[in-house]
Amino acid sequence: MKSFIPREIETLWTLFTAPVVWALHFVICYAAVAIFCAKRLPASFDFDTMRIALFVVTLAALAMIVLAAWLAWRQWGFGADDPPHDEPTKDSRALFQGFATLLLSGLSFMAVVYAAIPLIFIAECQP
Amino acid sequence: MATLFFIMLIGAALIWAGVVGLLFYAARKRRTYSEQVAGKVILWGGALFPAVVLAALLSYAVWLMPNVRPWFGTDDPGLRRIEVTGEQFWWRVRYLDQDGAALFETANEIRLPVGERVTFSLTTADVIHSFWIPVLGGKMDMIPGRTNRLSLLAEKPGTYRGVCAEFCGTSHTMMAFTVEAMDPPAYDAWLATRQSTGGQDAEGHALFMKNGCSACHTIAGTDAHGVIGPDLTAFGTRGSVGAGSLGNTADNIARFIREPAKVKPGALMPHYAMLPVAETDRIAGYLKGLQ
Repeated sequence: MKSFIPREIETLWTLFTAPVVWALHFVICYAAVAIFCAKRLPASFDFDTMRIALFVVTLAALAMIVLAAWLAWRQWGFGADDPPHDEPTKDSRALFQGFATLLLSGLSFMAVVYAAIPLIFIAECQP
Repeated sequence: MATLFFIMLIGAALIWAGVVGLLFYAARKRRTYSEQVAGKVILWGGALFPAVVLAALLSYAVWLMPNVRPWFGTDDPGLRRIEVTGEQFWWRVRYLDQDGAALFETANEIRLPVGERVTFSLTTADVIHSFWIPVLGGKMDMIPGRTNRLSLLAEKPGTYRGVCAEFCGTSHTMMAFTVEAMDPPAYDAWLATRQSTGGQDAEGHALFMKNGCSACHTIAGTDAHGVIGPDLTAFGTRGSVGAGSLGNTADNIARFIREPAKVKPGALMPHYAMLPVAETDRIAGYLKGLQ
């Protein structure tokens, strides 16, 4: 089990994980539908297949964001300490970053959900 | 569309009332709450509540979209179709049958059946225009090389005004059209019988042909078959002269024939100020008489 969960490291990159997943999900959804509708590949697969594929992409994106959020939550000490974490210390910096990452993960989670809502209702490519 | 607006309005009003209510509650008396309670209020009221409400409203709006923006091909065969092409500075209007073939063409006037959804195919012959009937719905751009779709539903009979909503040149503001929302039986009768007799004024028609008007204009039922300018069939019944520039009177028609570019800067029609006034008046009278 231990090997699955990344070690806690101090880097700014973890902060960006969730927004990057959100951006990638957004690009994949829009580009996939645009290309599918422009190329019109009726013989290969239909729009519902595209819908399901993007639904899977959405689930994967949400899973990655949840993982990033959990890691951030761990870095934040599982909420044991309250913000603002403004001491000039290593601990405070780590907690601040963890909390900021957690909030960004929440935002990214909602953004991915919102971007995926049209997948349920969109009917077909428009000519 | 109206339902969507009212639902959004009611939702916004409720939230506004709630927020203002909380504000008064907080300001009325000095109370002290722990930071935990404040944090919970922020989490539930500031993050979770808006997230859920916005998700619901977004879902509702997206769910409505297929009704607001239908497309050709999959819809029911009873769908009314009209093709509108923006030109500097007027509107070419073609009524289409179920297969998308043109029944006939007209200009600067659109008739709609009340209570039936009409799908517009919108395109342009030159620059970007934008098709807008403010009373009936939002605007839709007409973009060179593209065909955009717009679906509108007239709920009450009446005469509405449509305009170009994208600056398209010097006479952009004089690029309007009239919309006549009619009862469906009257609309169908109009569609079926929209045949002009070519007018009763043989001399006026002869002048129209002699001076080359038919090189650009069509009058159904006559030998005028030009397609460059607006179709003039049943011109006398139109709401305006020059796509909303002037009222539809014989005097205004004559004025437009003599000096189109003075009435409407940038109009592509050449002027006919060199014709004897009697001739332009006669042509104007002929056009006004086309029913």
